[in-house]
Amino acid sequence: MNQPDVMILDNVSKAFGEDWERETVVEKLSLTVKRNQLTAIVGPSGCGKSTIVNLLAGFELPDEGTITLDGKPVTGPSKNSLVVFQETALMPWLTTYQNVVFGPELRGDMPKNELKAAADKIIETVGLREFRDKYPLQLSGGMQRRAELARALINQPVVMIMDEPFRGLDAMTRQLMQEFYLRLCEQESRTNVFVTSELEEAIILADSIVVLSNKPASVREVLQIDLPRPRNLDMLSSPEAYEYKRQAMEILHEEAMKSFSGTGTNSDFLEAYSRMG
Amino acid sequence: MAQSSKNKKDGKLKSLFTDLTLRRGVFSIVIFLVLWEVGFRFHDWFGIMVPFIGKIDAPSLVAARWSEVVFKPGYWESWYLSFGRVFFGFMVAQLVGIPVGLLMAVNKYFRGMFFPPFEILRPIPPLAWVPASIIFWPTTELSIMFVTFLGAFYTIVINVLGGARSIDVQYLRAAQSMGATQWDLFRKIILPGTLPSIFIGAAVGMGITWEVVLAAEMISGGGQQSGGGLGFFIWSSYMGGVMDQVIVGMISIGLAGYISSSLIRYVGYISMPWKRMF
Repeated sequence: MNQPDVMILDNVSKAFGEDWERETVVEKLSLTVKRNQLTAIVGPSGCGKSTIVNLLAGFELPDEGTITLDGKPVTGPSKNSLVVFQETALMPWLTTYQNVVFGPELRGDMPKNELKAAADKIIETVGLREFRDKYPLQLSGGMQRRAELARALINQPVVMIMDEPFRGLDAMTRQLMQEFYLRLCEQESRTNVFVTSELEEAIILADSIVVLSNKPASVREVLQIDLPRPRNLDMLSSPEAYEYKRQAMEILHEEAMKSFSGTGTNSDFLEAYSRMG
Repeated sequence: MAQSSKNKKDGKLKSLFTDLTLRRGVFSIVIFLVLWEVGFRFHDWFGIMVPFIGKIDAPSLVAARWSEVVFKPGYWESWYLSFGRVFFGFMVAQLVGIPVGLLMAVNKYFRGMFFPPFEILRPIPPLAWVPASIIFWPTTELSIMFVTFLGAFYTIVINVLGGARSIDVQYLRAAQSMGATQWDLFRKIILPGTLPSIFIGAAVGMGITWEVVLAAEMISGGGQQSGGGLGFFIWSSYMGGVMDQVIVGMISIGLAGYISSSLIRYVGYISMPWKRMF
C-alpha cells in the first residue's frame, strides 16, 4: 500500500475513431506518479492532455498498455482518482455544502454528523464558510474552483487529478489560486497530478514536471523541480526557476515546431516564432 | 464579503423592478383599452369608420355584457369544464411525456425504437385527430381530453429529451468518479438537470392545450353538459349573433391561459431555487 509509486502508466496507447480514420492520441506513454508529490504534466496545446486525464480518471480505458493505481489496474472511474475539471463541474442545482457532501452521501461511507463536521471544516479551509449555502452561480470564478477542490478533497482520493483547474480565471485570481493551492499542498501532503499548459504554474507547484511530446502524446522529458519549500510565487524570478523554464521551453518549442514542419510554406512564421522564444 | 452585500442590493433592485413591471403592464393595458374604445366610438363622434377595430364591440359594451354573464351559472360551468379538460390532458401529458422523454434520452434502444414513429406522429395537428378520437373514445369528453393531451404531449417530450441530452457530460463524470450508480446518475444528475427544460416544456405545452381544447370544444359541440366549455361558449355566442359575448369568451380564455402559465411559473420558481437569484 505504501510503495512510493502510486500510479504507474506503462506503455499506454489510445486511439480514437473508426478503423479507416483512426487517430492515435496517446502513444506508448509511460510515467509514474510518486506518493505525496505533485506531478505536473505540460505539453503543447492539443497534444492529448485531456485524453491522459480521462485515462488517469478511468473515463477512458487504454487500447494498449496498463494503468495501475496502488498496484490495481484502473478499470473505470473511482473516487480514488478524482478529477477537478477545467471548467467547473459543480452541480448548479446544489449549494456549496450539498456539492461538497455529494460523494460521501452517495456512497454512505461516513456517519452523518461526522460528514457534516468534515464538510464544514473543508469549506472553512477553502475559505467559503460564508458561501456554504450559496449556489455555484452565486460564486465568483475563483470561489467555484475552491468549492470544487473542497468537493474533491472530502473524498480523500488516492490521487487528485487537476485538469487545468485555473484555466479561464483572470490573471489576478489565477495567482491567488496558485498561492492558495501551494499552501494547501504544503500543509498536508497529497498525491497530485496537475495538468496545465502554463509552464510557470507547473514550475512553482510541482515536484516533477512531465513534458509531453506533440500529438500523439508520449513523455519527452521528466524534470525534477528542486526549488525549496515552502514556496512562493516570487521564486519564479530565481535563476533556478529560470533554468527549469529554459529547459522546458526548449523541448516545448521543438515539439511546437514539429507541428509546422513538412508544410514548408510557413518558414517566415517559423523564423519569427523561434526568435520570440 | 463584497458579494453578499451586492446580493442584498440586487434583492432591493429586483423588488423595485417587479413593481415597475407591474405598473408598465397596467399602463399598457389601459392604453390598449382606451384606443379600442375610441376606435369604436369614432364613427359616432366624427362619422368616420375606423377599419377593423371600428366593428368590434367596445370594451365598455363587453364589460356591460360581462357583468350580466358572470351571474349566469353556464358561464362559470364553461370555465370549470375547460379548466378540467386542460388540467386532465396536461397532467396525463406530463405523466406520460416526462418519462418517455427521459427514457429516450438515456436509453439508445428505446430512442431508436420510439423516435421515428414519434417524429411521424408529431407533425399531425391535434385537431386532425378530432374525428378519429370521437370514433375511438366512448364519450365526447374523453375524446376532447385526448386531443388536449396530444397538444401538450409532443412539446413536453421534445423539451425533456433535448434538456436531458444537453446535460454537461462533466456532471455525469464527476458523479461517476465519486461512486454514483446508474440509478444515482439518473436521480441526482439527469433529473435535476432536466428540470428547467421540463418547466419550459410545461409552459409551452400549457399554451397549446388551451388552443387545442377550445378548438376541440367548438368542433365537438362541447360535450353533453350544458355550458360546454369556453370554446363552445364562444361558438354558441357567435351562432346566436351576440358579438360582445364572443369577446367576453375570448378574454376569458386569455385570462385562463395567463392564470395557468403563472401557476406553472410559480411551481418552477418553488422547485428550482438555484434559478432564483436572477
